[in-house]
Amino acid sequence: MTQIELRGIEKFFGAVQVIHNLNLAIADNEFIVLLGQSGCGKTTTLRAIAGLETIDQGDILIDGKAVQHLRAADRDIAMVFQSFSLYPHMTVFENIAFPLRATRMSSGEVDKSVREIARVLRITDLLDKKPSALSGGDMQRVAIGRALVRRPKAMLMDEPIGALDAKLREEMRAEIKRLHIKQGSTTIYVTHDQIEAMSLADRIVIMHEGFIQQVGTPDEVYSHPANLFVAQFVGSPVMNVAEASVADEAGAASVTLGGAPKGFEFPRALLSKLNGHATNGGLTLGIRPEGVLVRHDAAPGYMPVEAQIIEPLGSFDIVDLKVGSKMLRARTKAGYVSGPGEKVHARLDPEQAHFFDTASGKSLGVRL
Amino acid sequence: MAAVRTSSEVAFNRIAIAAVLIATLIFLAPIYWIASTAFKPKELAVSVPPTVLFEPEVTPFVRLFTKRVQMQKTVDPQAYEAAPWWEKRIYDGGERVLKVGKDVQLSQYPDRFMNSLIVAVISTVLAVGMGTFTAYGFSRFKIAGEADLLFFILSTRMLPPVVVAIPMFLMYRAVGLNDSHIGLIILYVAFNLSFSVWLMKGFMDEIPKEYEEAALVDGYTRMQAFFKIVLPEAATGIAATAVFCFITAWNEYAFALIMTNRRAQTAPPFIPSQIGSGLPDWTTIAAGTFLFLLPVAIFTFLLRNHLLRGVTFGAIRK
Repeated sequence: MTQIELRGIEKFFGAVQVIHNLNLAIADNEFIVLLGQSGCGKTTTLRAIAGLETIDQGDILIDGKAVQHLRAADRDIAMVFQSFSLYPHMTVFENIAFPLRATRMSSGEVDKSVREIARVLRITDLLDKKPSALSGGDMQRVAIGRALVRRPKAMLMDEPIGALDAKLREEMRAEIKRLHIKQGSTTIYVTHDQIEAMSLADRIVIMHEGFIQQVGTPDEVYSHPANLFVAQFVGSPVMNVAEASVADEAGAASVTLGGAPKGFEFPRALLSKLNGHATNGGLTLGIRPEGVLVRHDAAPGYMPVEAQIIEPLGSFDIVDLKVGSKMLRARTKAGYVSGPGEKVHARLDPEQAHFFDTASGKSLGVRL
Repeated sequence: MAAVRTSSEVAFNRIAIAAVLIATLIFLAPIYWIASTAFKPKELAVSVPPTVLFEPEVTPFVRLFTKRVQMQKTVDPQAYEAAPWWEKRIYDGGERVLKVGKDVQLSQYPDRFMNSLIVAVISTVLAVGMGTFTAYGFSRFKIAGEADLLFFILSTRMLPPVVVAIPMFLMYRAVGLNDSHIGLIILYVAFNLSFSVWLMKGFMDEIPKEYEEAALVDGYTRMQAFFKIVLPEAATGIAATAVFCFITAWNEYAFALIMTNRRAQTAPPFIPSQIGSGLPDWTTIAAGTFLFLLPVAIFTFLLRNHLLRGVTFGAIRK
């Protein structure tokens, strides 16, 4: 049972504030991912929880107890580093046993615990090797083993699979998930890779320039991004974003992008939901490529557009469509659009459209 | 990795190897000369042209370790017969070994050699130990005026030490440190410390901070992390630094000559003092020098793997 709560955390590096009034409550057994670009403060937050970095303001509570003045050693938290940080002069066994040796556990028990965790991680045959003889994935397993072996209150992971190659990353992602389900411990995981975040997290915390942008389940942050930053940071390929103007046209709303001569047709309800924001200007539309529907023949609501660039990605294509001065990326079946210059028809799926205030970037919360 | 090489590169390579071989021969020549003289019969030591092939003998070493006097008359044949083999060698040279009762009187060489060992080992341990801690501090913590402090430490090496020899001698005499082991040790630690701090700082900077951070999170204090993680990782650097400090302290001549004369005198000023007047006994001096070369050679040989890595450490970015 471990809950972690961050209350009003502020952190400065010299004159630069890297964390701004950060508040977050993490439930027992929850897998939280801190997601953001480098320099957004996610690693600093993690290191502050671990006790490797002091904070200038606020409280870090573990099970209701403020720990910000405790040394790292006294917080009963384990951490996996991006570089794995396996002690090169020790064998795998000694690496995993290292945290237990600090607790003055009997050597018989140490041996038992290490072998148990090695069995779970399937690294029993590596116990006598030195870290330099291990592959990246095995180093990673050993690092996780060292973190898990003393059953810490919480597990912190700082881009633990960032240094691995793509295939291994995918494997280890699944393995981390499997371990979390099996061992069950409150986990805070830092990454800049949104796919990792989406696939692992119970909840994702998206950070930007020291501020939390949004906290939510992977589905929430994907389907209901709180602002333009989240909208564009989460999801691949990236969401289309364009300044839009909305007009009332023959009983329907018409959304014009990039100064195109004609607008996309939207249900009339959009006008009332935007509540005047449309006419004042400063409206930004966001739509993921899968929300841009493409067909060859004309149909009601579809607008003729020209395909510019086609990126085949195997299972699907990303097609750039020219709409006014803007490029709109659409996701189509592989090979659906034959080549650049082809004329097709496109429509925006109103249910997948997001509307943001251009100035603040905040979502207007309009759902159709 | 075997990259393609052109014939001119191959030729250049051969010339380079030849040059290295010649240089090696030039460097090894004095060592060969010392080693061979140490085992030569006395009369061959100064023969012209030099004798290359001879029957080696250990008599110079016997002379090195014993106190002897010139004999006025020939040795009593009975005494000669009763003497052990090494004493006969001394008799053969027209000398006899000084004895108090039955005990052979040793020369000053073993004492001087021991002094060298004591001073060099202790000063090396201290200089490397203090240097390691200081370097760790500079490497890991934010220290106000770090660059200035490091420069100040380095600046102690900018003055040729012998410039301060006379004031040092007067100061040492005033506080009673002259001709003492501790006095020389303090002096050599002071020489070597700046070198040790700078060298170790380079090695410490190379050890990723994450290792200690991992240990901190694993439940250890910083001090424990230092001893359990940083020190083993720094072993290579410590070995390299120790070799350099040891060589400096072992070979130091000028201060040892000025600051010591009897009790704490080390081998470097002692060996030339044995040249004495009249015809120098080159074989005995060579024997003393030869033995004096051994500790450094052994020490360096034992640490050669660390040393090689130590010298190239940090040259390649990981």
